[in-house]
Amino acid sequence: MGILEVKGVNKRFGGLQALGNVNLSIAENTVHAIIGPNGAGKSTLLNVLVGKLIPDSGSVMFDGQSVLGRKPHEINQLGISRVFQTPEIFTDLTVLENVMIPCFAKRDGAFRMHAIESVGHEVDIKTQAETMLADVNMLEKSNMHAGSLSRGDKRRLEMAMCLVQEPRLLLLDEPTAGMARADTNNTIDLLKEIKAKRDITMAIIEHDMHVVFSLAERITVLAQGTPLVEDTPDNIKGHPKVKEAYLGEAAH
Amino acid sequence: MLGLNSKDFTLFLVVVVLVIAAPILLNPFPSDSAFAQFNAGYPALMQRFVIFGILVIGFNILFGLTGYLSFGHAAFLGVGSFAAVWMFKLLSYNIVPAVLLSVIVAGLFSVVIGYVSLRRSGIYFSILTLAFAQMMYAIAYSDLLGKFFGGIVTNGETGLQVYNDDPQILMSPGDPTVPHLFGWEMNSSFTWDVGGWSFVFQNGYYLSGILMLASFYLAIRIFRSPFGLMLRAIKSNQNRLAYTGVSSRPYALAAFVISGMYAGLAGGLLAAMDPLTGAERMFWTASGEIVIMSILGGVGTLIGPILGAGVIKYMENIVSTINDNVVHGWFAFMPDGIENILVTVIHPFIGKGWHLTLGLVFMAVVIFLPGGLVEGGQRLGRLFERRKVEEKPPTATTEPAE
Repeated sequence: MGILEVKGVNKRFGGLQALGNVNLSIAENTVHAIIGPNGAGKSTLLNVLVGKLIPDSGSVMFDGQSVLGRKPHEINQLGISRVFQTPEIFTDLTVLENVMIPCFAKRDGAFRMHAIESVGHEVDIKTQAETMLADVNMLEKSNMHAGSLSRGDKRRLEMAMCLVQEPRLLLLDEPTAGMARADTNNTIDLLKEIKAKRDITMAIIEHDMHVVFSLAERITVLAQGTPLVEDTPDNIKGHPKVKEAYLGEAAH
Repeated sequence: MLGLNSKDFTLFLVVVVLVIAAPILLNPFPSDSAFAQFNAGYPALMQRFVIFGILVIGFNILFGLTGYLSFGHAAFLGVGSFAAVWMFKLLSYNIVPAVLLSVIVAGLFSVVIGYVSLRRSGIYFSILTLAFAQMMYAIAYSDLLGKFFGGIVTNGETGLQVYNDDPQILMSPGDPTVPHLFGWEMNSSFTWDVGGWSFVFQNGYYLSGILMLASFYLAIRIFRSPFGLMLRAIKSNQNRLAYTGVSSRPYALAAFVISGMYAGLAGGLLAAMDPLTGAERMFWTASGEIVIMSILGGVGTLIGPILGAGVIKYMENIVSTINDNVVHGWFAFMPDGIENILVTVIHPFIGKGWHLTLGLVFMAVVIFLPGGLVEGGQRLGRLFERRKVEEKPPTATTEPAE
């Protein structure tokens, strides 16, 4: 029984069957990659997982609870964090404030009227945020405006913001999309580091085979909205069906 | 000190001193000099400085922190004024129940209007608040409520005021017949004549001033609190905030209601200074003026809104009273021909033309100082710092420009 169980999910957009009978089980403490050619339904699946899209039929259970129809902040409170294709951070705030906000959210829930105390007096929260920043080697950038960071640092900050909440599942939507090779490798190293330091389940939606084969422990291949095969990276590499549907196509 | 960091505490202290000393500081020219025209230290205007200061401080909690631009904030001011005048009519001229009810009624209105308007963001939010405010203006101006219930509620275009035959049930025979705080009359004052100057210290101004300082203090606390941080996060990235586990709607609504209550307080105080009110206080130009004040001063800064309110109220009350005769007086030493030309050139910008001056000032600020007057101050400050650094280069360290 995995931490995330997708059962019989179907989703149609008009005449297009975006997802057809998707079954997927992500085991706890694994890095599970979902790959597939363009239009395979990866993004639709991700949007279903975070409750943004409600499938026509089927169920998505996270640790025994349905995620369907929940708002983004409720999904987060279940223990799912999300990293976006382009880093979503609070660009107007400082790096430290960026990390403090998830700490407050974790402690105080969806809403708490904390209008009189000073942020400066929240020592616990500050320590927590600084420890996290030290963990991703960004402590010396604490007081910089998040908007002025380099792209790689923005990604690093976004990861820190997700990890500081100690999520049980981290969803990564093409974390290296549009990155230069060096940045991609840095991101891979960062993710490996994160995985080595803590128990965390990661689901990666990714295009870049280099990233997938460097990180994933399990791989699901989607094609035309249906899982084609699910296996370990080594077996996927040599799988004839996958070659035909995806790797073969990529070789053109 | 007082739970503020040292920088904020200094700022607060400066504002306290300015409020206390305003009757002197704003009266730099002797009463009989040619420049007495520019003196702003008379009670009616100083009251407006601090009351509109309260209004814009509150508006800045919404617009400055969350980025939601309410274009109907004058409605809450108007509602507050009506509530206060009704308290004068029904109970007595004591301002305590009047101001309390203004804040509560404005709060209730802002809960409803905020709840509906905050379903949308950006321009749609602004238009919704504008629509609500104009509806309320229309209802007040034609006194639809009064027609519906029979009797008067807002008294239409005449405006609401206190009449001799009003119940005033808490009024005893000896009580003052002007707004007062337990007998301390708002419009009584103490005049200090020294040299050619005459400084007026008025009760009403000081009461409003104290309430403005309290509002300002509360605003600083909100700005520096975790709640304030969440509001800034709403402005910065709502998507990320949602995926961080925070529901932004209640935060935005809380900010909306707080700023509505600030506006109600301002409205109640306006009525407490002068116990009559009318629907025109809720007209959309009044709402627009609030937006202009906060942008002129510096959106999202602590002191900006107060500066903006001060500048606009100064121009509205001082520039608008300058007429051609006054300008003739200034240039009397010049030959007639040149004097007439100068007066003709200046004419459109003074008196009724003060809006033109305001427009030009506003354009200049928005184009050259997008951060408002506060940014102007900061640039000046940095200029002086740079000079200091240049004077003693051996110890100077160059820092990257921010």
